[in-house]
This record gives sequence, C-alpha cells and structure tokens, in this order.
Amino acid sequence: MNIRLNGSEQTVADGASVSTLVSQLTGRNIGPDGRAADGQKLGVAVARNAEVVPRSQWHATALADGDDVELVTAVQGG
Amino acid sequence: MNETTIAGTAAVPAVSAAVADPFVVDGVTLGSRLIMGTGGAPSLDGLGAALVASGTELTTVAMRRYSPAETGSLFQLLVDHHIRVLPNTAGCFTAKDAVLTAELAREALETDWVKLEVIADEHTLLPDAVELVDATEQLVARGFKVFAYTNDDPVLALRLENLGATAVMPLGAPIGTGLGILNPHNIELIVSRASVPVVLDAGIGTASDAALAMELGCDAVLLATAVTRAQNPALMGEAFKHAVIAGRLAKAAGRIPRREHALASSAMEGRAEFL
Repeated sequence: MNIRLNGSEQTVADGASVSTLVSQLTGRNIGPDGRAADGQKLGVAVARNAEVVPRSQWHATALADGDDVELVTAVQGG
Repeated sequence: MNETTIAGTAAVPAVSAAVADPFVVDGVTLGSRLIMGTGGAPSLDGLGAALVASGTELTTVAMRRYSPAETGSLFQLLVDHHIRVLPNTAGCFTAKDAVLTAELAREALETDWVKLEVIADEHTLLPDAVELVDATEQLVARGFKVFAYTNDDPVLALRLENLGATAVMPLGAPIGTGLGILNPHNIELIVSRASVPVVLDAGIGTASDAALAMELGCDAVLLATAVTRAQNPALMGEAFKHAVIAGRLAKAAGRIPRREHALASSAMEGRAEFL
C-alpha cells in the first residue's frame, strides 16, 4: 500500500504499524512501548492524518492506504 | 592629582548575591540566565563550542521532518552537554499548527515545555497576537508549560500570563535583526507587572543589549543569531555569558539616578589654595 511520508509517496507493507515504519526509517529496534530497544532516546514523533500518535500507540496503530504521515525530530532553530 | 572618591561603595557581601540568585522557572533551577537558540549555526561542532562557552543550560530547537541523512546529532549534542531542551513552534502561522507542533515536540523530546511562537508573516516574523492568545489557551489546557514569545506589548504580556503562560518572552526587536531593545520602556513596564519570569527574546545584537535587558529587570535573555552568526561564535557566547551576569548584578546593585548636571565625586572642601 502507499502512504504519504513527510510529503513524499512511500510504499509500505500491507498492515505495517507505525512502529515498523519508525524502525525502518531510523534504523533502530523499537519495543512495544515505543521506545528504542537500546535504551537511548529516539527523539522523534509521528503525526498520522494531522493527529499525533503517542509512542505508546505506535505498536498497535496499523497504517492504512493513503495515510498522511509526518515524522519529525529536533533540528537547529531559534 | 586627585584620587576620585567613589561614593556609596556597596557592602562586599552583595557580590555573592549572584550565587544565591538562581533562575527558577516552572520549579526548575537553571544555573544560567542565558537561554540559547541553535538556529543559524553553520556547523554542529561550532554550535557545540558556542553553547559550552555561553554557559547556557536551556536551549531551543525546532521540530522539522526527519531526514535519515542528517538527524540525531543535535539532540545528542544537547544530551551530551547536559543542556535542557526547549522546543519551539517556529514557522507556525496559526494556533492550530502551533498546537500540533507542540504536541509532536512533547512526544519526541519528552518535555512539557514549549516556546510558543506564532508568527504573522515571513517578512516581519512578528507574533500574531490573536493566534498567540488562542494557542496559549489551548496549550495550557493540554498541560503544556508555555514560554510565550510575544510582542513588546505590556497589555498582551499580562494577558498571556493570566491565561497561564509559564514565562512571557517579549521581543527586543524583530527576530534576527540585531537591533537591540527598541522599546526599553515597554520592557520595563512588562517586568514591573509580571509575576512570571520575563525573558527578553529576539533582536539582541551584541553583549551590551543583553546587559541592558537584565538591567531593565528581565529574568533571562534568549538569543541565537547574535552568537551563531557572529564572526567568532564561541567568543561571542562567552561575551553574552558575562553580559547577562553583569546586567543582573547591576540591576541588583541599583544604578545611580540620571542627573541633568554634573555631580562632583571629589569633595570641594579642603582643597589646597594656590595664590
């Protein structure tokens, strides 16, 4: 299925969860609690169709075809 | 030659007041009254050096789309230097966008603190008062600690405080201009009526501007460009560290009143007479 990720089309496996997507993009293993398995902070957040998905819900939230996903992190700024 | 007698030399213990004068915001004690921004730095290494030289313990970051190629390091840099993160809502033009950005920041960085920035347009980057008030109300209701970036408007500053802002942050001049504090009277008025911390935010050009902000009674100063785009950012960071301390001490010490005419500090009595 196809989603929009940070403004670009992206193909993901059918039924993939938010957790799977974050893991693929960051290259980190993510536990069911939405935290990195290595214990270090991930420093990212996800909005799906303009609503924040709390990290505790990443595992249980399946993506749907056509979803609009924003994955953000901290960058330099005033 | 006459040695000038310095009138009214303060008691020595006053100097140590700086040590017992921590900056407390939302129950958190910060060792520095200088809050730094991270925008405008050409390299992360240079930014790190400037942040360390400035002595800051609280630093703003922006929230932007994750890009595998270039992320992770700023967040890690702040963690490594034990600098607390203050995410901002820079680039938001509406309360709706600001609230969503704040929610994302809270999720990503695990802090309730947010520098609320809702700007009117890209040309002035001035806060949009109506959206700012709306966003402050919504964010306070959602449990955020709102550090509201605002105009140098004493009425608006008080409104934001009454809505539950944790700190009000009036601008000295528009973001990135380096014009200093354009309306010191308004800043003083905001300070005199506020019961939450007042942070002078934006417009600072050089160290003396930060010292002035503190002399006007501000609790802290927030700046980015003045350091990150200085010719030597680390040196300027250090300059601001001292400026903020100097201004705070001067405010506590109590300046002399301004006078129309000269006032001799050497006694006229007991002069030798040359006939």
